[in-house]
Amino acid sequence: MSYVGEKTLTALPSLLSLDSQPGPAKLSSTSKLGNLIRGITELTSKHEEEKLIQRELESIKEQVSSPNTSMRQMKELMVRAIYCESLGYEASFVYIHAIKLAQQGTALEKRVGYLAVSLFLNESHELLLLLVNTVLKDLQSTNLIEVCMALTVVSQIFPKEMIPAILPLVEEKLNHPKEIIRRKAVLALYKFYLIAPNQVQHIHNKFRKALCDKDPGVMTASLHIYLQMIQENPEGYKDLTGSFVNILKQVVGGKLPIDFNYHSVPAPWLQIHLLRILSFLGKNDLRTSELIYEVLDESLRRAEMNRNITYAILYECVKCIYTIHPKSNLLEKAAKCIGNFVLSPDINLKYLGLKALTYVIQQDPKMALQHQMTIIECLDHPDLIIKRETLELLFRITNAQNVVVIVEKMLEFLQNSPDDYTTIDLVGKVAELAEKYAPDNEWFIETMNTVFSLGGDTMQPDIPNSFLKLLSEGFDSVEEDRKLRLFAVDSYVSLLQGETRKLPQCFLQVISWVLGEYSHLSEDHNRSTVLRLLEKLLDMKQTSSETKCWILMAMTKLCEGTAGVCVAQQVSETYISSMDTVLRQRAQELQHLSQDSELREEVLPRDSGLDPMEIDSSLSFLDEFVSGALAAGAAPYKPPHQRQEELAEAKVLSLEPYGLALPISMSSCSITDRHSPTPLSMSSGLSGDSTDVSHRAGLKLDGVQRVWGRDGYLAKKESVEEAAPVQGLTPVHSPSLQNEGDGSHSQTPTPTPTPEPDREKEQLASSLFFGVSSQSSVCLMGKPDSTFNRRRKAKVQAPGVTEQLSSSVAPVSNAVDNLLCNNLQDSNINSVSAASSKQTCELSPRVPAANGTCNTDCGLPESDRKRSNLSISRDNGLVDADSALSEDQGSRSDLCPSSYLPAELCGLYRSEIAPLCTAHSLELSACHVHQGDDMILIIFISNSSDSQVLQIRLDLKSEQLKVTCVSDSSVENIKSHTVAVYQYSLAVKRPGVDVEVDGTLSFLLPAGTPQTKHFSYKLPLTAFIRPLLISTEEYGTMWLGFSHEVKQNLTLVDDGCEPLTFTLNLLKNRLQLHLVEIIGLEGILACRLLQNQPCLMHCRVHAGALAVWLRSPVPELPDCLVYHCQRVLQEK
Amino acid sequence: MMRFMLLFSRQGKLRLQKWYTATAERDKKKMVRELMQIVLARKPKMCSFLEWRDLKIVYKRYASLYFCCAIEEQDNELITLEVIHRFVELLDKYFGSVCELDIIFNFEKAYFILDEFLMGGEIQDTSKKSVLKAIEQSDLLQEEDESPRSVLEEMGLA
Repeated sequence: MSYVGEKTLTALPSLLSLDSQPGPAKLSSTSKLGNLIRGITELTSKHEEEKLIQRELESIKEQVSSPNTSMRQMKELMVRAIYCESLGYEASFVYIHAIKLAQQGTALEKRVGYLAVSLFLNESHELLLLLVNTVLKDLQSTNLIEVCMALTVVSQIFPKEMIPAILPLVEEKLNHPKEIIRRKAVLALYKFYLIAPNQVQHIHNKFRKALCDKDPGVMTASLHIYLQMIQENPEGYKDLTGSFVNILKQVVGGKLPIDFNYHSVPAPWLQIHLLRILSFLGKNDLRTSELIYEVLDESLRRAEMNRNITYAILYECVKCIYTIHPKSNLLEKAAKCIGNFVLSPDINLKYLGLKALTYVIQQDPKMALQHQMTIIECLDHPDLIIKRETLELLFRITNAQNVVVIVEKMLEFLQNSPDDYTTIDLVGKVAELAEKYAPDNEWFIETMNTVFSLGGDTMQPDIPNSFLKLLSEGFDSVEEDRKLRLFAVDSYVSLLQGETRKLPQCFLQVISWVLGEYSHLSEDHNRSTVLRLLEKLLDMKQTSSETKCWILMAMTKLCEGTAGVCVAQQVSETYISSMDTVLRQRAQELQHLSQDSELREEVLPRDSGLDPMEIDSSLSFLDEFVSGALAAGAAPYKPPHQRQEELAEAKVLSLEPYGLALPISMSSCSITDRHSPTPLSMSSGLSGDSTDVSHRAGLKLDGVQRVWGRDGYLAKKESVEEAAPVQGLTPVHSPSLQNEGDGSHSQTPTPTPTPEPDREKEQLASSLFFGVSSQSSVCLMGKPDSTFNRRRKAKVQAPGVTEQLSSSVAPVSNAVDNLLCNNLQDSNINSVSAASSKQTCELSPRVPAANGTCNTDCGLPESDRKRSNLSISRDNGLVDADSALSEDQGSRSDLCPSSYLPAELCGLYRSEIAPLCTAHSLELSACHVHQGDDMILIIFISNSSDSQVLQIRLDLKSEQLKVTCVSDSSVENIKSHTVAVYQYSLAVKRPGVDVEVDGTLSFLLPAGTPQTKHFSYKLPLTAFIRPLLISTEEYGTMWLGFSHEVKQNLTLVDDGCEPLTFTLNLLKNRLQLHLVEIIGLEGILACRLLQNQPCLMHCRVHAGALAVWLRSPVPELPDCLVYHCQRVLQEK
Repeated sequence: MMRFMLLFSRQGKLRLQKWYTATAERDKKKMVRELMQIVLARKPKMCSFLEWRDLKIVYKRYASLYFCCAIEEQDNELITLEVIHRFVELLDKYFGSVCELDIIFNFEKAYFILDEFLMGGEIQDTSKKSVLKAIEQSDLLQEEDESPRSVLEEMGLA
């Protein structure tokens, strides 16, 4: 290996001469490989090594190609070849022999062959295709070891497109009597799931069987797949929560065979896996989380031993506790656990402790205060990794008060940052903090200057973009904006007057834009000075042509007056003949505009950055040109991915017999022009897979909304209380390091790990943790932290900028959640309302609609709710049990909403009537009716009480739907035992898989108190889908015009004879599509979304699956439709 | 899931490498070089975990050999240390107090043990006994068709 120092070579002989070496090494050194290795170690230079290896490779080459070489010798040669390759010398000539060895050798030779293949080749190597047959053969072998080897190699390198060929055999192995085979088969399927999830979609129920396998090893293996699937779709596996909890309980309780113990801890890997699965299941789900609490508690309890492995389990428990729906006593234990980690002398545990702190710090700022001295110590830790993690932690607790210190620390770290990745990441964070919390203009500009010069050209492009946007869009006050810009100009001019050679290109671009736009603000620098500075930049060797374009643009804005024009002319003459067309264009512009000041005023008006420009992203103004060109015989445009696919198509191996496929795709060519979906081939299906893989998000705790603290919610009261001691702790007037604190820090409210921390550290601590926990209370009260909040606002507006850490978001949800929380905590109310809802369920003969679901949420202030609940019990008579029930049933029968359906809508297709919510004596229910091309939503409000309900108002709104009221006059009062009917017409604004209407019902109680009640009604998008009756020719022309498309492989439903026809008819009937035509293995369907938004679908049978390709002019529509198709087919 | 595992010596010689996701040859070389540089530069008392690119690196030194694993964001660092430890235990049990030379001269055996222990980047069998059983079964096969001078026999394992 080229990068290996000669040191190695000199070090080895001494090792080799050690006599105490145990058997194998010494003995095998007499083999040929041993000779080779020894030979190498005896050499003194890299050059000699190279010569020796080349000679060795020559001899290997000669022997492998000789027909007399036996497989056993081949095995030996292969090992030597692997060794040579591992030293960095290429031995590609043996690759084919490795495959041969795997094919023809006996068990051990085969094994070496497979090993060589997996080390030599990567997944896309074309020789791998030759391996498929060998694997097939070995999978069918009766020799267990051969089967094992085949499964192992399959899980290591196997071409994606070849999976279908071996999949049935691997599946079969799930039923193998030997557990080792079953286990390996499960893991191989797991690998397939990772690289091509669609291929294994149909065997999900077999995974379940593996999960229930009697062998714990097989069960453990199946958890890998479940972890993946649950991570992608936790909703689909909630029913398994109980089973996972049970397994974990048994494992923790030591019910597994002793073989599974690792250092006397029962199956730690299995435990950690289960904990991860449970945290996905319990996330944002109280009911599921409740099932998990007990076993978490048990795990925490059992894991209290001082072993590395138990720390691993504890760490996973802590992560789980903070991910699922919070429970105060567990959170307390988890916090204690984190404390142990942070304070541990073991550096690994300390690191993880810091990491855990980083996760939880935002929801529980108290933790930061508790460990502040440790954090300060870690900030100066000799290990950069620890330092880096500490900065990450500080980043999370930054606020307007401590931003200066924290940013200073971060920049300090950046100065000697070890690698680009850290730099990019940290630079982005500094920029974010600067924009959010900058205390003043000077600091902001200077910090950003450092960011640009340190970040260089590797940083994310959105940093300069959002910086410029911020400058140009400005804040609320014109004067403040002017000052900021002026300061930027001054700062850049003085920068340019200094050494400019080291400035990164993107910084130069920022500088030239700012100078071009705002140097007129500065009175100190006249334009010609600025122009000359810019000219100097142009002449620099390092300046890239892109930067030159920026500079020329800036000059165009600045060239006023004779001196300016003169410079401009000079410059433009230099670049007007440049080879770079963009640069040439800019030079031309400069030349013309500098001569025509009127035109310049018009083209580049000053201070115009704010006017939003209308951009026609669909380029519709080119339509005419395009159709003209098409008519003149030009080839239609193909998007890049399609072109690539077509290229790939030519290369990809076809698994289908040629005889059938060829004429069919040709016929479809003629239908839909050259731009037809025929190139949809295996490769396109697979490209879909790869995106699936990349979409799979990891457990990202940082994005998770943090509204929970140790005692449940981070309530307002708590943080206010906490704020007081903090202020006592920090007698700091200006948040800087140099401040002259009075040193009376001894009243620290939390015990600090070091008994006598020196003063400097304490001062640092006080400036770092200033306002940490008062922060949330400030936000809760809705008071802006400082004047510079405006920057944050500007940042929020900037598109494409993620505001992942904005603390301003959390308090809003806090308030909402607080209501919910109160709701739950007040058990009295809770039980009453639970009883009442239960009662209504029993009373109402309705069945919840299959495709409509409803959520209710009571938005009453607490005092009101108490009263209202009392009245519930009175009105409904829920207190007496059975007798009241039968009475109620009697009185309710005539309140059946369906009988109130408006006459003109009777007989039309409608959904079942679903209950929405109940509020006192009022019951809301709804259904949707298909009236031709209109979708009507009908809401029934029935009053079952003996008194009239007054001033009823119903407000509906939806982000996805346009809701128009069609009832003649809105009913305001409902008499006792009557039903009021409201009609709304719905139209889709923005398609989604399901669309939802949110409503508010307000009314007066008989007592005169106003009441409101929220509800929502969800209906599937399919309710708005209608067949689109078009011919194949029309389909062909329409297909070309639509830009939004989705491709996916779906399951083909087989009825025995005609799977395609059967599947398409199923889709047609269930989703209301129009089946345009079926030709051979392909079919086309069309539909429209009400009122008139078409979506076209092309289906093709491929490798036992249905490859569908949807196109529509509406962006979200193909996606949603594919989802529904998938559901229909899965249900089947 | 583990992305890859590297074994290299204190002198920066790569002894074993196993990649669990498809990676281009050139990237592999670059990553190995970079990682070795980083890990070898670290002092003994430093943290065993690194954040590197989008991966987490867990490494541990046993005598002259560094064992280095790359795992994903959501994986548990501590348990990965135990994966390394268990692998070392397995090597130790198989070779009988393993040393770097065993791995140099019998690297294919080390690969077999690793394959039996980890599959597709996930731990396959946590039971030490059954991993070794699987290896021994295959070794027995070898014995049948190999000459009496087989490495295994001489090791006294067959």
